[in-house]
Amino acid sequence: MSAAIATERKGLALRPGAWLVWGAVVFFLLILAGVVGAVVVDSFGTRWFSGWLPSGWTSRWYGKTWHEFDLGNVLVVTLEVAVAVVVVSLVVGVPAAYALARRTFPGKRVLMVAFMLPILIPPITYGVPLATVLYKFHLAGKLSGVILANLVPAVPFVILVMTPFIEQIDPKIESAARMCGARTRVIFTRILGPLLIPGMLAAAVLILVRTVGMFELTFLTAGSDSQTLVVALYYSVSAAGIRAQQEIDAMAVIYTLFMLVLLVVALRFVNPTQLVTQIKERD
Amino acid sequence: MAAPAAPATAGRIALRHRLADRGMDRTLLLLVPAVVFIVALFIYPFVYGLQLSFQPQPGSETVQRYGSGPFADYHAFFADSYLRNTIWTTLKLSLPAGLFNVIASVPIAYRMRGKFRGKRTITTILVVPITLGTVLTAEGLLAFMGPTGWLNRLLIDVGIVDHPVRFTHNYWGVLFSLIISGFPFAFLLTLSYLSGIDPTLERAAATLGAGWWQRFRFITLPLLAPGLAITFCLTFVLAFSVFPSAVMVGDPSGTTRVISIAAFHAAFEQYDYSMASAIAMIMGAVELIVVGLVLGWRASLYRGASGGKG
Amino acid sequence: MSGSKISELRLDHVSRGFGEVLALDGLDLTIEGGEFVALLGPSGCGKSTALNCLAGLLPLTGGSITLDGRRIDTLPPEQRGFGMVFQNYALFPHMSVRANIGFGLKMAKVGKAEAQRRVDEAVRLVQLGDHAAKFPGQLSGGQQQRVAIARAIVLEPALVLMDEPLSNLDAKLRLEMRTEIRRIHQTLGLTTVYVTHDQEEALSLADRLVLLREGKVQQVGPPETVYTEPANRFVAGFMGYRNELELPVSPGSGTAVGDKTVVLGDLTGTRREDLGETAVAAIRPEDFTVGDGPNAMEVDVEVVEFQGREQAVQARTAGGDELHLRVQARLAPGDRVTVSVPPERVLVFAADSPAAPEEVA
Repeated sequence: MSAAIATERKGLALRPGAWLVWGAVVFFLLILAGVVGAVVVDSFGTRWFSGWLPSGWTSRWYGKTWHEFDLGNVLVVTLEVAVAVVVVSLVVGVPAAYALARRTFPGKRVLMVAFMLPILIPPITYGVPLATVLYKFHLAGKLSGVILANLVPAVPFVILVMTPFIEQIDPKIESAARMCGARTRVIFTRILGPLLIPGMLAAAVLILVRTVGMFELTFLTAGSDSQTLVVALYYSVSAAGIRAQQEIDAMAVIYTLFMLVLLVVALRFVNPTQLVTQIKERD
Repeated sequence: MAAPAAPATAGRIALRHRLADRGMDRTLLLLVPAVVFIVALFIYPFVYGLQLSFQPQPGSETVQRYGSGPFADYHAFFADSYLRNTIWTTLKLSLPAGLFNVIASVPIAYRMRGKFRGKRTITTILVVPITLGTVLTAEGLLAFMGPTGWLNRLLIDVGIVDHPVRFTHNYWGVLFSLIISGFPFAFLLTLSYLSGIDPTLERAAATLGAGWWQRFRFITLPLLAPGLAITFCLTFVLAFSVFPSAVMVGDPSGTTRVISIAAFHAAFEQYDYSMASAIAMIMGAVELIVVGLVLGWRASLYRGASGGKG
Repeated sequence: MSGSKISELRLDHVSRGFGEVLALDGLDLTIEGGEFVALLGPSGCGKSTALNCLAGLLPLTGGSITLDGRRIDTLPPEQRGFGMVFQNYALFPHMSVRANIGFGLKMAKVGKAEAQRRVDEAVRLVQLGDHAAKFPGQLSGGQQQRVAIARAIVLEPALVLMDEPLSNLDAKLRLEMRTEIRRIHQTLGLTTVYVTHDQEEALSLADRLVLLREGKVQQVGPPETVYTEPANRFVAGFMGYRNELELPVSPGSGTAVGDKTVVLGDLTGTRREDLGETAVAAIRPEDFTVGDGPNAMEVDVEVVEFQGREQAVQARTAGGDELHLRVQARLAPGDRVTVSVPPERVLVFAADSPAAPEEVA
């Protein structure tokens, strides 16, 4: 009885609050649409000095920006870096996640902290010393240096995603396979492998999105022919004035499309919140 | 404990068992690649940078003005107001951005915690600015909020202002970019913390006569507070390392000269790697101090809250 | 189908320690081919440790296990050729029922046609005909249990190990599956070691019970013996001797060697072990009868629970002791009645011997 009254009262009392909240959401989404929309509209405009819309429409900026910034090459580099980072981080991270999920041993907490630090510390902080070291070993400025730098947050991220995933696979299943006569190799190929695929897929997609979007580490270690798309975009913006603004916006749209395709793919495999963080809801 | 018959064998077996009991067996070999990796690419560069920061680069401006003692670079940083002020500049941007993002996400997430149609669509849209990243957000802000952008046009047409308001290439441009990319992040985190709170707790409070505000204030908020502290830390860390938007939509030589610009400038324009390392270390230290304070507050708050309910 | 493949499994002083704690302390047991042995005890008694040691999932810290004279405790689990049913079933979630059951056959490199025939047979035996193509996630708890059993027996292993297989099922299914396990054991005659904390389950399934407490064997024997002649106070408590009255031993009572009758105050009972000055009389609730008779005592009825043909009654003696009774007479709270119990159903143990934990008594 009292609960029913309380619910009713809540519905009435929250009404103005609800309007405010939804208003704020709509306002934020409008700004977001404006930010993305302005770039898209400008990239298709001939000239846009005043007025709500450009004076004419064209798609020639896309061809121009594609050639002048050698975007074909940049895209290839971006994909090379992303795929290499995904593969290496899975190969290094998944076995470590397995050991961390299945064993408790002295020093485990210290190790966990060491693995989590690259995620907690902002990339610029460790990126500067890391770039210095990579320059010292003549790795920076090359594709391998960019890949190595991007691996630093990627491997811990794989461990962070995969450890709870492996923990929720009952170790009794491995025991059961053993009781059926399966050797360690068979357990990894036929039992754990198939069970880990969804988790590895999610981790791979998340790493892919993060690596393509990673500005700081790539920026600190890339040379002129090892730039990824986001770094190329940054350089073109900060060197504005040399190129037409529309050309830069066309490049931004290409980047946006690239990210959106990845995002659509990603959302087929993972929950939106996973793109943000791995904090477990049970905390 | 072991059979006394064969002491040598028993001793060996016992050692292996004792290690296995503590989780040490061949499975741990799987950790080796990851450990090698983290040591080589994270711990070693970090330590290298740390010791580099105590060895001022010969011939650099630091050595000329402050000598070549181990703390010369740190001395130079704090003696030079242009460098020293980057700390305040960074905090002035990242603290308000982090606070705003957390405080704004609480009522919105509270409103959206239940299940409703279109929830997944909204969360998906909110993921977009996160995946687009700060570079694109900054580029979009320049176009949207620039002097001839849609926003100023709207404000003038509606008659709120006569002349275009300057939103970009200053403090506000950077703050907006931090909110646009940071708010969705904070919101999604808060939402996931909120959905982790058992909704029957609020219903239980309702049966005891608590109104919606009392239920939020005394039940949900104390349970949510530790999560909010974490959310704040993560958004703060994101905002603290702001680099591209501070350059692109900010005023990188003045009001938005943040500490990461200083570090980058030292390393890649002056080629003074020890100064750059020193700045990076200072940056890490300042950030850890803020995070440490928040987490310390979180610990005390959580204990107090659960004790109060107890 | 065939009977047991082995004639004797011997455990000699099998021990397993975790750090300083001995989870299993020198277990000696000989299991004959085709036998159904239940390891019974409260949680933490070492029964699961014993099972895992037998399976090879836990290495021993002492002792040996021999199968027909061949030492097996040094073999890894996959080479022992035992089948095991896990408490939470541990089915492979990414494989169909058939693939789960056939996994062991595949590992043993049994030919395709032969494997198919044996999987079919096992599916029929556990009555899963309609579900063979499904995945574990689509099955109910009872059906999953049947798959787990089929997977463990399809190879007709030398030894089947069952780790509390019924504890995750609800009461009705548990009874059903109990009968099923007994039926499968009668059909195949596979040597089975069954771990449980449920005395009723152990009594109804096993040919022989092994009672464990803190890693040590308390009693080994057929269900009948363990039930009627528990070796000590712990076993008695576990076997449903729910009433324990601590009383002084009357002077001059039970002193004669071989004298089983002992007098404790007003109570006459049967001595089961050497006694000190005080002793504990253990009595089953169902051994009481309402009315005058041997060991008559007057009690006040406090709580009455209806349980069909019988009533579970909580009463208090004049001396203030709480008594649990199961009687057919209809009593009501506040009644004062006389109850009696024959001296041979009053078992007397030393007062300082350890009792069974509360939750099972």
